[in-house]
Amino acid sequence: MQNAFIELPWAVALILLPLAGAMGCFLFPRISRTLGLMTSFSIVVSVVGLGWQLLEHGSYRHAVGGWGAPLGIELVADGLSLLMLTTTAIVGFAISVYSTTYFKPALAVRFWPIWMCLLAALNALFLSADIFNLYVTLELLGLSAVALTALTGSKEALSGAMRYLLATLLASLAYLLGVALLYHSFGSVDIAVLAQQMQAASPYASGAIWAALGLMAAGLMLKSAVFPLHFWLPPAHGSAPAPVSALLSALVVKASFYILLRLWFTLFEPLVNGEAINTLLGLLGCAAILWGSVQALRQTRLKLLIAYSTVAQIGYLFLVFPLAASMGSIAWNGVAYLIISHALAKSAMFLSAGNLLCFGGHDRIADLDRVVQRLPLTAAAFALAGVSIMGLPPSGGFIGKWLLLEAAIIQGRWDLVAVMILGGLLAAAYIFKVIGHTFTQAPVTHEAQSVSASMQWSALLLAIGAMLLGFLSLPVLSLLNISDITATSGVGL
Amino acid sequence: MNPASFYALVGIGLFCLGLFGLIMNSHLLRKILAINIMGSGVFLVLVALAGRAENMPADPVPHAMVITGIVVAISATALALTLMLRVASETGHATLPDEVEK
Amino acid sequence: MSWNAWVPLLVVMSSLLPGLIIFGLAEDKARLRIALNLFGALSKLVLVSWMIWGVYQGYHYETRLPLLPNLELVLRAGPLALLFVSLSTILWLVTTVYAIGYLEDSPHRSRFFGFFSLCVTATVGVALAGNLITFLLFYELLTLATYPLIVHRGTEEARQAGQTYLRYTISGGALLLIGTVWLYSLTGTLEFTPKGFLSNVGEQHYPALITIFALLIAGLGVKAALFPLHGWLPQAMIAPAPVSALLHAVAVVKAGAFGIIRVVYDVFGVEFSAALGVLAPLAWLAAFTIIYGSLRALFQDDLKRRLAYSTISQVSYIALGVAIAGPIATIGGVVHLVHQGLMKITLFFCAGNLAETLGIHKISEMNGVGRRMPWTMAAFTIGAFGMIGAPPIAGFISKWYLGLGALNTGQSWVILVLAGSSLLNAAYFLPILHRAWFMPPPESWPHEHPDKHKGEHKGEHRDKHYWGHKETAWALLLPPLVTAAMALAAGLLVTLPFSPLEWAKLISVREFYQP
Repeated sequence: MQNAFIELPWAVALILLPLAGAMGCFLFPRISRTLGLMTSFSIVVSVVGLGWQLLEHGSYRHAVGGWGAPLGIELVADGLSLLMLTTTAIVGFAISVYSTTYFKPALAVRFWPIWMCLLAALNALFLSADIFNLYVTLELLGLSAVALTALTGSKEALSGAMRYLLATLLASLAYLLGVALLYHSFGSVDIAVLAQQMQAASPYASGAIWAALGLMAAGLMLKSAVFPLHFWLPPAHGSAPAPVSALLSALVVKASFYILLRLWFTLFEPLVNGEAINTLLGLLGCAAILWGSVQALRQTRLKLLIAYSTVAQIGYLFLVFPLAASMGSIAWNGVAYLIISHALAKSAMFLSAGNLLCFGGHDRIADLDRVVQRLPLTAAAFALAGVSIMGLPPSGGFIGKWLLLEAAIIQGRWDLVAVMILGGLLAAAYIFKVIGHTFTQAPVTHEAQSVSASMQWSALLLAIGAMLLGFLSLPVLSLLNISDITATSGVGL
Repeated sequence: MNPASFYALVGIGLFCLGLFGLIMNSHLLRKILAINIMGSGVFLVLVALAGRAENMPADPVPHAMVITGIVVAISATALALTLMLRVASETGHATLPDEVEK
Repeated sequence: MSWNAWVPLLVVMSSLLPGLIIFGLAEDKARLRIALNLFGALSKLVLVSWMIWGVYQGYHYETRLPLLPNLELVLRAGPLALLFVSLSTILWLVTTVYAIGYLEDSPHRSRFFGFFSLCVTATVGVALAGNLITFLLFYELLTLATYPLIVHRGTEEARQAGQTYLRYTISGGALLLIGTVWLYSLTGTLEFTPKGFLSNVGEQHYPALITIFALLIAGLGVKAALFPLHGWLPQAMIAPAPVSALLHAVAVVKAGAFGIIRVVYDVFGVEFSAALGVLAPLAWLAAFTIIYGSLRALFQDDLKRRLAYSTISQVSYIALGVAIAGPIATIGGVVHLVHQGLMKITLFFCAGNLAETLGIHKISEMNGVGRRMPWTMAAFTIGAFGMIGAPPIAGFISKWYLGLGALNTGQSWVILVLAGSSLLNAAYFLPILHRAWFMPPPESWPHEHPDKHKGEHKGEHRDKHYWGHKETAWALLLPPLVTAAMALAAGLLVTLPFSPLEWAKLISVREFYQP
């Protein structure tokens, strides 16, 4: 029985279930909420199954339709993809619970099908093993995300979505051009095969290969909103409905960063190892941390503050490039931990902001009226999530920050240490700015609307999850180190 | 140079032209057209580099990629045009908020 | 884990779990809240007593939980830990009783007591920490748990005071973090070991170690209110009196001082620190803070602010004792941890009584109050004399040992500092006592409570709390009397085996004489 459970094709299920769910929600709008919630739950179950499978058998490879690479599509799961899938499943489930009561019926029928498509895209992305399939999933992800951003139809939402769409299309095309050049150079799109070829070819890498690196990196950086390519993020995340902002900040921007991470450390590794380009990316990361935090401090609206906080936190992620000599090193672990903690904490923050908006009708920080007493669960969710964002113990954010600091000090990178500490202090400044105002009375009190329990609890449970991550570093990091793609791949076709 | 390289260079040229158009134009329709031109450029590169030796049929994999790309481009353009129309009806201008219509 | 391994964890949980439950209680469930509070405090007292008895028998209590690769969360019951944890536990019990009386009919009590319990959890965690990372974790938790207590009243002033508090403490925490990670990268371990764990570090790292010492002391010095990092303390007086009592006697300030003791004894080791040359600057800084705090206290008319500056001054005695680097001075510094706690909490309780019962916030309003509230002022007198260093109250014992230790190590200038400080203490405490006991009382006491009851219920409040011939509520009266008695006992009964002094001697012996 147990063996049968493990041997089910969970990876395929992870992609098919949300696609089926999307169609179901589209065809049967009246039960779309229930259907969406059930699909989300089934994704959680599938991820558990997949995790079990990985623990038993190590990294996993599945040829869809029995056709192997390079003509067929293969699904591959290793430690990093498992962690990203788990994060997606958990955060996705919480957002689904939140959305069952957040959206009015008119918006809900449009939300659920697109949300399910987005989940399918995310899962497919994390399971992909070739760069072209990654392109397809990136596009599906981008289009769904844009559609969700524009959901409310307000002026700001539409403009934000338009800008987001243009940026994401530009990025995808740059990425595709890079794929074309790589295929031309090496004759394959499978990551494992390409990595081997690159290893052999790297001393005499042609201009086309460097161009491919540049184009793909630039495209993925634009999608990940790293400074200075972050211009589209605040308007989009700030004007989308709260659950959409949550999934955008927590999951969507991480997907493109995940791809960048993969390609950098497996495919392009012989090219970029020890090169100055790592320093450049680190510099951009530092600029993102400082710029994003300072901008967050200046905001008067809560959702924009949280959006700029995302810009800053993504900067931390880019510090992996100067610090990580290889996968499995301290910095690698630290960044993976930051990705997961940030996903939980940021989504909790956006969901709390949604609650506050629902409650008071506005999200001006200075007018948060005694929220700590009137919406204690939401205030607690925001505070706990904030603790993780600041990197204070005990939280997942602290573990990630500790690991990155350790890596930086060991390598003597005091500049990065200074930036990280400063980033933490600035984060404390803008988070406590909000928390301080939740205690005080606003000059004008607004009529309070009630906020449903599922909305409050989903935010709070996500925030508690971010804190609990602070104690789970050993199991999580051991999952992360389930063997990676290049190590277990066969030669391929 | 052989035709393949020529077409590839044209494709890259289209990509760059499209990029320039995307950044410099403020009207949304022109931006969308620029994206499409960039897309066409990339597809041209893919097709051009698909050629193999003289008497062999071309490599089908890039062709498959181009077809996929075209499908994606169609959906993306559809979404973009719809958004543009909504933006225009809501704000009265078919531009992004901080750019002035020229 | 064996049973013994669970005990330290249970001690920490004994205030965490009731605290979390209290958060969820409705405002009017006063009885349940009081019951939970007292249950937590008493169970913690029982567990701590068990641990002390067990350690005396030779048992070993240590909890180890994995936190990071190669670093564990360690809670260990050593003599220094037990000293601080028993102080915290006893004073928590007393402060809980006081807070229940002080905040009767105040709004948001569930929130208050919830965070109160979290504070104590963090303090106990700091006390029992067995390595620097565990200490750091609970130290930062303490910052987070005390912030809501400072901004509790929800006024704009409270919010600003909270911002100031955070600015200092979070920066301090950041410095502590850098120091800790750096130290870990140099040595690969962070376990507290008597005489320190830095013996294997090569000489080329000595400049780094000196910088690390500076970072750690700066980070700890914020909470310990060393000059110039003390600025948050007078501002934090905006909090309700039980919070000031807790912060200044037990939790925040002591955690900082305790951290300094840990860093010098169990991370660097006293002899190593002296060899590195870092103790002399620490001694000067401590001495300066002692005098500075006392001087500022002289000029304060607000009672709580005068006590705040007095705290700034007194806590530096502990740092001074540590920095003098001799076994006898160590005894003086460590035992002052307990003595200052007992005396200062008495003084703050009394200040709270005066404010709550009679609306007195300034010293100039205190004329003749000794007649109206004799028991409170008696407790205050004992505390004040202890601060000045008059025998037989506990403060005298600590000063005696500090002075003796200074002479022993040839640093006689410290005696001047101690004498000067005693004089200044007398200068700012004796006038208060004189006013209270020997001046005629005014016609009416200032009854206003400007920041507590916002208008509507003032009339009802006054009727309810008209004490008649009683001095004040027993919940407000008993705690200062108990702590004053303890301060007296700590001084009179020094030769008993479990007195704080004997304990401090044990700690000093372990640091200096055992191999």
